[in-house]
Amino acid sequence: MELTNREFWGLVHGMGFGALFLLAFAGGLAGLYSLRPELLTVTGLRERLPRLVSGTWLMAIAAWGTVITGTFIVYPWYRAAAPKGADLTAYPRSFLLANPSLAEWHTFGMEWKEHVAWFAPILATVVAYIVLRYGKDLAEMPFLRKVLMVAFVLAFGAAAIAGLMGALITKAAPIL
Amino acid sequence: MAVTQLPKTVATKGQEQIATHVATGAAAAAFLAGGIGCFVLGLLVTLAAMPSLIGLKNALNWSNPVGPLSGKTGVTVIAFLVSWVIAHFMMKDKNVDLKLYVIISGVLTALGFLLTFPPFFDLFAGV
Repeated sequence: MELTNREFWGLVHGMGFGALFLLAFAGGLAGLYSLRPELLTVTGLRERLPRLVSGTWLMAIAAWGTVITGTFIVYPWYRAAAPKGADLTAYPRSFLLANPSLAEWHTFGMEWKEHVAWFAPILATVVAYIVLRYGKDLAEMPFLRKVLMVAFVLAFGAAAIAGLMGALITKAAPIL
Repeated sequence: MAVTQLPKTVATKGQEQIATHVATGAAAAAFLAGGIGCFVLGLLVTLAAMPSLIGLKNALNWSNPVGPLSGKTGVTVIAFLVSWVIAHFMMKDKNVDLKLYVIISGVLTALGFLLTFPPFFDLFAGV
């Protein structure tokens, strides 16, 4: 059992950075939700805040890792132009576009995925920065905390769309 | 074990900014930059889809293997970071109307999402 170079980077992109981001989301959201005076003691806040700060930054870094590896390493293999007469299964974009029943995986799926994914690191970085900057004061800033949760959910939503599309496109036309 | 309960916020609905002792400017700057980053990406995606702006699409082709996506994302990251640095140093120590900046950022982010949605930008692509 072995992985090709392309399969390895596909795994790093999707199952490494991507899965780390998506899995860490629930913990981060719960951390933000519970960062309120009526639910926390001073001791509890001291114990929880470093975990929330490191968790949100880990998410932001994972999101940047996902889009950078996806855009600059994996995507060029996907979009490489097929030479005349080539076996199109080695050229996913050309393969999808050559099949009318599959073309929408590119014209809708990939066109959406490759762009919307970039919202995730931008929004996750904003959340991570504000959690770091405001720290324990967030417990007394309910409006800011709620907006952070919305931004967090939007970052997750963007990453989830990209991840879902990526999985479905890979199923229709894997990068070999 | 005795524990100290955190003081409850004195803010009532709509008064959160008044009750806090931390300047809200840094948060407002971060949200604004995030909104600008999302909007710039959406704008570039839609503009690059227009056949009449093929020159822009070519100019965004910073890397041949990646194509115009390299320029779209590159400009987006630059816009995000530059606007953040500028807004941060202008607002970081000020108490600003955070709700206003959140609304502006929300509108910019929503527009960004809309402009990157293929059925929307295809309207301008002539397909």
